[in-house]
Parts: sequence; structure tokens; C-alpha cells
Amino acid sequence: MSEMLASEAKGHIDVKNFSLSYDSIEGPVQAVTDTQIHVKPGEFVSIVGPSGCGKSTLLNAVAGFLTPTTGIVTVDGERVNGPSAERGMVFQQYSLFPWKTVRENVEFGLKMRGMPRSQRERAARTLLGLAGLEAFEKHYPEKLSGGMKQRVGIVRALATGPKVLLLDEPFGALDAQTRVIMQQILTNMWQRLKISVLFVTHDIDEAIFLSDRVYCMTARPGSIKAEIPIPLERPRQQSMMMSSEFLALRRGLMSLIREESLKAMGGEINDMGMQGLNIELHGHSLADVI
Amino acid sequence: MPATAALAQAGPAPAAIPPAPPPSFGTLALRWYRLNQGRLRATAIGIISLIAFLLVWHLLTTYRVVFFVRFTNVPSPLAVYASFVKAIHDPKFLMHILLSCRRIFIGFSLAAVVGVPLGLIMGRFKLVHEIIFPVAEVLRLIPAIAWVPMAIMLWPTNEQSIVFITFLGSFFPILVNTLHGMSLVDPVLVRAAQCLGARERSIFREVYFPASLPHIFTGLTVGMGVAWVSLIAAEMISGQYGIGYFTWEAYSLVQYADIALGMIAIGVLGLGSSLLIRGAGHLVMPWRSTR
Ligand SMILES: Nc1ncnc2c1ncn2[C@@H]1O[C@H](COP(=O)(O)OP(=O)(O)O)[C@@H](O)[C@H]1O
Ligand SMILES: [Mg+2]
Repeated sequence: MSEMLASEAKGHIDVKNFSLSYDSIEGPVQAVTDTQIHVKPGEFVSIVGPSGCGKSTLLNAVAGFLTPTTGIVTVDGERVNGPSAERGMVFQQYSLFPWKTVRENVEFGLKMRGMPRSQRERAARTLLGLAGLEAFEKHYPEKLSGGMKQRVGIVRALATGPKVLLLDEPFGALDAQTRVIMQQILTNMWQRLKISVLFVTHDIDEAIFLSDRVYCMTARPGSIKAEIPIPLERPRQQSMMMSSEFLALRRGLMSLIREESLKAMGGEINDMGMQGLNIELHGHSLADVI
Repeated sequence: MPATAALAQAGPAPAAIPPAPPPSFGTLALRWYRLNQGRLRATAIGIISLIAFLLVWHLLTTYRVVFFVRFTNVPSPLAVYASFVKAIHDPKFLMHILLSCRRIFIGFSLAAVVGVPLGLIMGRFKLVHEIIFPVAEVLRLIPAIAWVPMAIMLWPTNEQSIVFITFLGSFFPILVNTLHGMSLVDPVLVRAAQCLGARERSIFREVYFPASLPHIFTGLTVGMGVAWVSLIAAEMISGQYGIGYFTWEAYSLVQYADIALGMIAIGVLGLGSSLLIRGAGHLVMPWRSTR
């Protein structure tokens, strides 16, 4: 733990002139075009955008699972060309190994690194303790609630001391209460470990609450529509979500996204559907619709 | 706590600390009963149904019922029991059983040792899959029994050809199920392993293999069943020993009770071996047996 805490902040993500198209039977599908993003060491950055705009595509390219069609992804100046333990990832689908206990899941990265058993057991226990999961170390993931699974997923990704943490809608499947708790836990861990975080979500509140900066993407083919700094002070409390500052940021982001989601749905709904959609948007979080 | 105290008389003396006395034997028994009510019921009904089966069998044979099916020569349960008692003291009968078990053990083990790794490799490496799959797909449709003449030509001894038939019978279910398991491995788990620093070899051992285990065990269970089917057929056709041969010989020698005894022995052996595999499955996949 101490070496992880002590290391000076690293993890500068730089995505330049990025575009990516998938091959399909009707020819290439342009998922993301002409995108530049960067995450400074120790920064928490979110990406929001309508469904299907290429958020996961972008994140998977940073993780090294996809190769950019054009452009370049670097972390601390090194070109990304394949997944690595330096970039931890948390997936929306709980991706714990069902055949490993909670502790064995957390140990996995350390095992891959060749750390001896007793040492990695101790490390895993410490980390699980920090996340309040020590009582569950011997449980198999199947027995855990969604929130606990995702907590283990985060701890597992952090266990190897990565420079950056990538999260793809990690709390999308959780209920509202659990999501709030998870956001607090993530913030705590991030502040402790001083690593860079790139966080994909479609929940605007979540993005504002967590981030130093938010990128808003356009409808497909995705590119960066706006970059919004979040000057809210830290530590952030749940009560801040009612502050005028927060609400102003929220309003701004919402209108940006609304334009894009309507564009994304435009082909199907035309004018007739528009009015009904607008009414619904007033009452509920836009995130439900996107 | 009068009720607990009253119940406690049946069991060991309860500790005397009033705030939280450990549950007495009586309460425990009651709880156990409630938890296992469904299973107890199933067991009770199962026993009754087996008894009913024996009873019907007894009636049909003692009254030599002829109603489309002729029960005239069918041995009664008591006759079969008598020949069972005789057989267990007969070293020859035990040898038949032991030989069949040995053939199953060798044939099935070989099939598992070849089939599982081959399925894993085929699932992982496209080229191997492309080369082997078409051949396997044609061969697997040939019932193992149809291999009997070919097997006799291929192998110098009868024993070897019977083991070969047993091997063939279990090989394809094991291979096909392992392949199926490999094709269902969740790609997100592979990605998760990759960004935790796992390389090809570790991913194979730590992700693909355990993820396929449930299907591998389905394959082993099915394979074990087919192994017995194939073995018995092979023994009836070309054997000199074995429980299949015993059953067929009983028919030739007009020992009708032994026919039924052989059949029951085959059923019990099949059941036993599939229970063994299920037990092994629980041992190897503890994350599934806690359900
Ligand atoms: N493997 C693929 N083949 C073809 N098209 C794909 C593939 N994966 C994603 N897409 C398309 O690329 C676009 C972006 O997808 P994705 O990055 O998953 O969006 P998001 O995460 O923002 O919802 C979507 O329109 C999707 O249909
Ligand atoms: Mg996505």
C-alpha cells in the first residue's frame, strides 16, 4: 500500500486526432471521429454523451482493447498498444471471476505479476479492509449484491497500483442509493491513491459530482462537443447537488446532451414525438431517457 | 422459554446462560426438518414409488400376465434376489463386474484426457478448430456400436477393441461439450484478466479453463452414460467377460433371473459412476456447489 500511496501522481492520458471505425457488412461504421481528450496526472475526468455515441469505444481504445483507425493514444508519453496492468478497468457488467473468491479476485493482478502467495494475500486483505469488504473475502461473487461486486471490481483494478483507472458506466446497473455510496467510495479511493481516472457515464449528476472536468460527446459519430470544468470544491458532499452552482452546471450539461440525444433519435421520432419527449424530460432525469 | 426447555429433554443439556441459550437439539431437529421438508418428501415418495414398481413387477410375474407383452418367462423380483445372493458369492460374477469397470475406467479416462485438452485447444486456436472440427463432426455421428467390426480389425486383442469402443462412445460428448463451454466464455472476463496483466497462458489457465468447467462436466456426465451404452453393446457382441456378456450369456443359457440381475447391475453401475462424476464436479467447482 505505502508504495502506491507514496508514488508521485502519474498517468497522463493523451488522445490525439483519434478516430475509430468498425467494419461491418455495410462498410465501415464511423463510431468516433476527430477526438482529442487528455487527463492530467491525478485528475478525475468524465465523458458523457447519448447512448451509442462512442464512449465505450473511446475508453476501450485507451484501455488498449481497440486500435485507433487514425490518431494516437498515449499514457505518460508511451503509445498504448494492448491492454496492460498499468491501466485498470472496471466494466459495467460485473466482471468478477465467478470461480474465485472475493479475495482471490483482488489477488489476481498481483498473482499475474508473480507476487508470492502470502504477500499478495496480505495485500488483498488490506485493500478489502479499506473498502469495508474484509468480512466477505471468502465469499464467491455470486453471493454478493451488485454494489459489493462493483466495489470488489474497483478494488481489484486498483490492487496492482495502476497509473490510470478507466470505468465504463460502472454504476449504471445499481439502484440510486447504492450508486451514491459507490460514488463516495470511488472518490475516497481516488483521493488516497492520487491516480488519474477516466469515467464514462450517462448520468449527468454523477459526472458533475465526481469530476474535475467533463467531456460531452456528440451523437454518432462521436466527437467532443464541449469540455466543462467543474470548479466545485472538494471534499464534495451529497448536499452540494442542491447548490445553485451545481444546478447551473447541470442545466448547462443537460441542454448540451439534450440536443445530441434528440439528434441521435431524430431519424425515428420526427416532429410528432418531440413534444411528448420534452414533457417527459422535465419531470425525470434526462439520464433515464438517454 | 418453556417450550424450548421441554424439547431440550430429548437432547444434550442446554447451557444455562439465560440471554442467548444455544438452540436445543429439539429446536435444531425441528429447523432441520423445516429446511429439508421438500427433500424429505421427495425421498419418501421416491421410496414408495420404488416399492410400487417392485410390487407391480411381482404381480405381473407371479400371475404370468400376457397382455400384448408376455410376462410368462420374466423372472420375479424374488427369483432375481435369489440369484443376486448366489452371484455375490460367486467370484466369476464379481470378475465380470470388475472387468467392465476396468474397461470403463480406461476407455473413459482416455477419452477425458484426450477430449478435454483437445476441446480447449480447438476452442482457443481457430486453425486447430478448422482442421479437426469437420472430421469430428462426421465421426461423431457414427454410433460407437457401428465401430465394433472396424475395432476388431484395428486392434490385436478383443479387450483392446472393447476399450476402444468405450473410448469412442465417451470421447465425442466430452469434446463437443468442452468446445461448447469454450465458445460461451464471457469475453468481458478475458478483458478483465488482460488488463490485470494476464498473458495468453494465464488467461487460458485462469479464465478459459475454469469458465468451461461446468460444460466440461456436462460432457463427462453424458460421456459416462454413452460409455456404458457402448461398453455393454460391445461386450454383448464380442466379449468373453464383462457384465454385458454376463447378461447375454444368461439369455443363451436360459437363466432368466440372471438376465434381470445383469440389467440391474448395469443400471446400478451406471448410476454409481455418474454420481462419482457429480461428486468430482462439486470438488472441482466449489463456487457452484454452494447454490
Ligand atoms: N463491434 C462493433 N461493430 C460495429 N459497430 C459497433 C461495434 N461496437 C460498437 N459499434 C457501434 O459504434 C457506436 C458506438 O458504440 P459505443 O462506443 O458502445 O457507444 P456508447 O458506449 O457511447 O453507448 C454505436 O453506434 C455502436 O452501434
Ligand atoms: Mg457503452
